[in-house]
Amino acid sequence: INHIVHNGGLYKRPFNEAFEETPMLVAVLTYVGYGVLTLFGYLRDFMRQWKIEKCQNATEREEQKDFVPLYQDFENFYNRNLYMRIRDSWNRPICSVPGAKVDMMERVSHDYNWTFTYTGRVIKDIINMGSYNYLGFAQNAGACQEAAAKVLSQYGAGVCSTRQEMGNLDKHEELEKLVARFLGVESAMAYGMGFATNSMNIPALVGKGCLILSDELNHASLVLGARLSGATIRIFKHNNMQSLEKLLKDAIVHGQPRTRRPWKKILILVEGIYSMEGSIVRLPEVIALKKKYKSYLYLDEAHSIGALGPSGRGVVEYFGLSPEDVDVMMGTFTKSFGAAGGYIGGKKELIDYLRTYSHSAAYATSMSPPVVEQIITSVKCIMGEDGTTVGKARVQQLAENTRYFRRRLKEMGFIIYGNEDSPVVPLMLYMPAKIGAFGREMLKRNIGVVVVGFPATPIIESRARFCLSAAHTKEMLDTALKEINEVGDLLQLKYSRHRLVPLLDRPFDETTYEETED
Amino acid sequence: MDVKGTWRSLYWLFCQFELITCSYLMEPWEKVLFYSFNVAMAGLLLYTAYVCVLFHVGSAFQLLGSFLGTQRENALSAVK
Repeated sequence: INHIVHNGGLYKRPFNEAFEETPMLVAVLTYVGYGVLTLFGYLRDFMRQWKIEKCQNATEREEQKDFVPLYQDFENFYNRNLYMRIRDSWNRPICSVPGAKVDMMERVSHDYNWTFTYTGRVIKDIINMGSYNYLGFAQNAGACQEAAAKVLSQYGAGVCSTRQEMGNLDKHEELEKLVARFLGVESAMAYGMGFATNSMNIPALVGKGCLILSDELNHASLVLGARLSGATIRIFKHNNMQSLEKLLKDAIVHGQPRTRRPWKKILILVEGIYSMEGSIVRLPEVIALKKKYKSYLYLDEAHSIGALGPSGRGVVEYFGLSPEDVDVMMGTFTKSFGAAGGYIGGKKELIDYLRTYSHSAAYATSMSPPVVEQIITSVKCIMGEDGTTVGKARVQQLAENTRYFRRRLKEMGFIIYGNEDSPVVPLMLYMPAKIGAFGREMLKRNIGVVVVGFPATPIIESRARFCLSAAHTKEMLDTALKEINEVGDLLQLKYSRHRLVPLLDRPFDETTYEETED
Repeated sequence: MDVKGTWRSLYWLFCQFELITCSYLMEPWEKVLFYSFNVAMAGLLLYTAYVCVLFHVGSAFQLLGSFLGTQRENALSAVK
């Protein structure tokens, strides 16, 4: 189902996004499963309270039993009764570089996941479908590693100061100029931690009396930054432009809640690729709305920088737009560049303001020099300035891998969420037992996947999330697809009824609801 | 008579039941408790269905028999 005509010709290419609806039977059976586990959870809690069973989780001390209970809420109940049963699929220790193949330390649990012991064996060459290694720069050999090693021997590993004191190295200046050139903006600033970039800079940009319009499914760092700032936060439905326009109209017409004064600033927070859904933001429409209602746009390109666009410059290039339309372009170096940290790019006045007023610039230690060199080398590689075409080849390889993998999975009959071009592929599992079973079965077949359940997703929509990489060869993808097919047949995961839900393009009001094509 | 194949498909069905009701995740004593509860419930249902069906089928045949009987009587009286 292509959406081309209805939004005034803003899109230069078809925008194929689909979120197939949960089949009714699957939803009912998922609730049945959760119901059974909840009953057994109550039974185990009862047994622990009456000392029939040994209590291995955290509890209050004897003297504090009469105080307000600490561990009675749903999150803690879920943690000790449901999460503990499938805990072995997470926090798996790896002992090599997280490239296309990874080594993992084997561990067993003799008391049903309360404690783990290492057998001492290392499982070698597991196909890594979970690391955010979109362009394959997580390497321990090659040009990036050599440059980083040279810088390590020259500058050492620690900086021992903040950017504003003694921590501003010439490497940082070089990195920021390079990032600004890469993105096509006037100026950029780099920070040591991607999460801290969002949570510490949004409070510097907005304050009380400002309005933040944030997408439903924004990352925790954006939510934290918005809450810390003290501005009023309003949520619009995920990627739904009618909902956003309604909120903007209400904000301009009615102003602030009690005093009816106009808002000082309206900031729209969106992400380039949403990593739990695999969907891409409708950037042309957001920019059109932003210009119409004179608000500001903060774009978090954590997953999309390097992964989208014909030359890897992110979602702005993917849609063929100008980077000057986006007021604040934020991104991270963790995903596509194989390093750590984040950046913010924009106009020179904005970045100079952030250099002085951002919490992260004033209090956080600056980036470590080898990490900076890794980023510099990888950005030069992507841009093609190191004299080879390796970067361009990687970006193209990633796009090919994405299209191939998504097409094959859809043909097999799995429910896959998200946009056709996004390298994040969520495969729906729904039932809680299948979360644990999928993780374990795939590890038995030497493939490492990340499975996600509540509270990162809604409680019935648990999923397995594959992150594709330019380092995956076609043979690796074929092996992985064969195993996924086998496990899908074994666990009955092929729920798709091949019915696409057409995306909502009628004007949104209180009487519209999601329709299914029958 | 493919006994091996039948056993394998029955085992697969049992695995699907385990996955749906999350008994795949339970410790052995929890499984024993859960399965015995399920077997008890299923047995109760089957017994009720058996008794119900027997009673209703019996009464249905009786009703049918009484209809046919009156028909024969009526037919005989008409003939007379």
